[in-house]
Amino acid sequence: MWEYTDKVRDHFFNPRNVGEIEDADGTGEVGSLACGDALKLTFKLDENGRIKDARFKTFGCASAIASSSVLTEIIKGMTLEEAVKVTNRDIADYLGGLPEQKMHCSVMGREALEAAIENYKTGGTKKHELEGRVVCVCFGVTEKEIERVIHENDLTTVEQVTNYCKAGGGCGGCKGEIEKIIERVQGQKAKEKIVAAPAKGQKLTNIHKIQLIQQTINEQIRPALRADGGNIELIDVEGNKVIVAFRGMCAKCHLAEFTIKDVVEAKLREFVSPDLYVEEDRESAEQPHHHRG
Amino acid sequence: MKTVYFDNNATTKVADEVLEDIQPYFSKLYGNPSSMHTFGGQVGIKIREAREKIAVLLGCNPGEIIFTGCGTESDNTAIKGTLAAYPQKRKVITTRVEHPAVLAVCRDLENQGYTIVELGVDKKGRMNLSELESQLDDNTAIVTIMFANNETGTIFPVERIAEMVTARGIIFHTDAVQAVGKIPINLSKSSIDLLSLSGHKLHAPKGVGILYVRKGTRLTPFMLGGHQEGGRRAGTENVPGIIGLGKACELAMKNFDEENKRVKYLRDKLEKSILKKCPDCMVNGDAENRLPNTTNISFEYIEGEAILLMLDKFGICASSGSACTSGSLEPSHVLRAMGVPFTAAHGSIRFSLSRYNTEDEIDYTVEKIPPIIARLRELSPFVAK
Repeated sequence: MWEYTDKVRDHFFNPRNVGEIEDADGTGEVGSLACGDALKLTFKLDENGRIKDARFKTFGCASAIASSSVLTEIIKGMTLEEAVKVTNRDIADYLGGLPEQKMHCSVMGREALEAAIENYKTGGTKKHELEGRVVCVCFGVTEKEIERVIHENDLTTVEQVTNYCKAGGGCGGCKGEIEKIIERVQGQKAKEKIVAAPAKGQKLTNIHKIQLIQQTINEQIRPALRADGGNIELIDVEGNKVIVAFRGMCAKCHLAEFTIKDVVEAKLREFVSPDLYVEEDRESAEQPHHHRG
Repeated sequence: MKTVYFDNNATTKVADEVLEDIQPYFSKLYGNPSSMHTFGGQVGIKIREAREKIAVLLGCNPGEIIFTGCGTESDNTAIKGTLAAYPQKRKVITTRVEHPAVLAVCRDLENQGYTIVELGVDKKGRMNLSELESQLDDNTAIVTIMFANNETGTIFPVERIAEMVTARGIIFHTDAVQAVGKIPINLSKSSIDLLSLSGHKLHAPKGVGILYVRKGTRLTPFMLGGHQEGGRRAGTENVPGIIGLGKACELAMKNFDEENKRVKYLRDKLEKSILKKCPDCMVNGDAENRLPNTTNISFEYIEGEAILLMLDKFGICASSGSACTSGSLEPSHVLRAMGVPFTAAHGSIRFSLSRYNTEDEIDYTVEKIPPIIARLRELSPFVAK
């Protein structure tokens, strides 16, 4: 059970400004059914360029509906210059706070607003598009968006980033990359490390090396493969040779030799030791494949 | 406001008869059953009696029952204890729709280097048995497949599966947490080696479970310490919990057919009425092979948590496969494995009944639901105006 504030409950049970403006000046649509929440925001300006009316339609949980409702309340009467400065924090604060895991609802509100303003500025032609490189494939979150939530909300852990924009909340394959973005934006403040990489030049015992290889496969490689219906298994380690088998979709993929193997090798070199090289165990790959999805 | 409780697959009310039976063991009869004195020893006798009552419901020998702390502990013990007993075997077979108490264990084992095979299901949540058969090999230590699914109520043919698996010399475990008390089980006539059960799903208190271990089955203990449970599960017994579970099993045996028939009638009425009154709804799972108390209904184009909160306002308790939390932003792994489309998976609601539900509660709920669904669809951008 979520502990929602009275304000959240009020805006969920009695949402303001529900609907769609027929001849809207700006329309912003973000999210999708697959993502679990989606918001369509429309607004109309008055003769002075202020937002005269704003309406929303939302598919999502209670906090998504409440965030959308207060968003329309906040922006009414604002000029677009003022509206563009509204942050997800403003939405969350207006609601008296949201549970940490629900912060992405407030971010969705800000994104829809941004999309609607952009749509207005381009004369209604431009629809919301993903800008820049997509980091989280499951939820379609870009590097730019991740940087922004980190910056605006002073986030320092991957878990927080997931709470705020969902990135990393699906297969988890991009967590390593999110961690790097946090490090880049926050510098020293970034604290959480997913894999404890050994200090440079440190001599690894065989036991430690195998443990690190298994850990790197578990945390950095398998989640991404799983998301595409594949899997990887560590068969053996002989000196610097790491023998792995690919399963499911990965085993059937003819490009495996050029793509997956290289990715695995690069990750293992980065997180364990630069001397490692990967070989595929063809024999066990011919076994019946696993069933993942 | 009256509470209308349709979340019995999450937990159940402790039966009044159970509560009455266990109260003395908190205050007057607080002895430790392992003690040498009569004061403690008399409690040991009660535990033995409880074990016998549970054995009657399961159709097994009392000596084949190990008391644990919960269903999750039973599942962990079964899987890890079997692997520890067969160290040369490195493969585990399960399904994609298991409870996290099994799935999370398997995923962790995979990280430790074990081979895990997760079998898929069809759109009704049914398994393909020949696919399972093709996976059985000498490297397989254990097959763990649930008796009935907690989200949809779909029943797997575990008796047949158990025969197929054990014929190959492989251990078969089933998580029967949702099945016990709802469908007949006779372990003496089955090939099941290990079976998990949880007390609080059948009107006993929380904090007690059992693991059935077929006589002669090799299993390395999970909890180490004292000699309780014949050295198979250390730790001082949860005396009131165990005695309560014994009573709860006795109650389940009494009027077994009659009660489940009545629950099924109420479930069917609820389901049919909702489908009739709300457009764009569908039932998830295998309607023919299903627990009598469970229905899982998808309301398309709206989100589960919002429905639950609106129901909660009327005192109606249900649950949703959609969690909408950062831990699992994806909707129910069970519905996704069944290929339920996203339009429906996010808006799935599970109603799970018990013997304590009444026809009035069904009528009340059927009256409240249609306006809630209509209201949320008004808010949704995906529904045509």
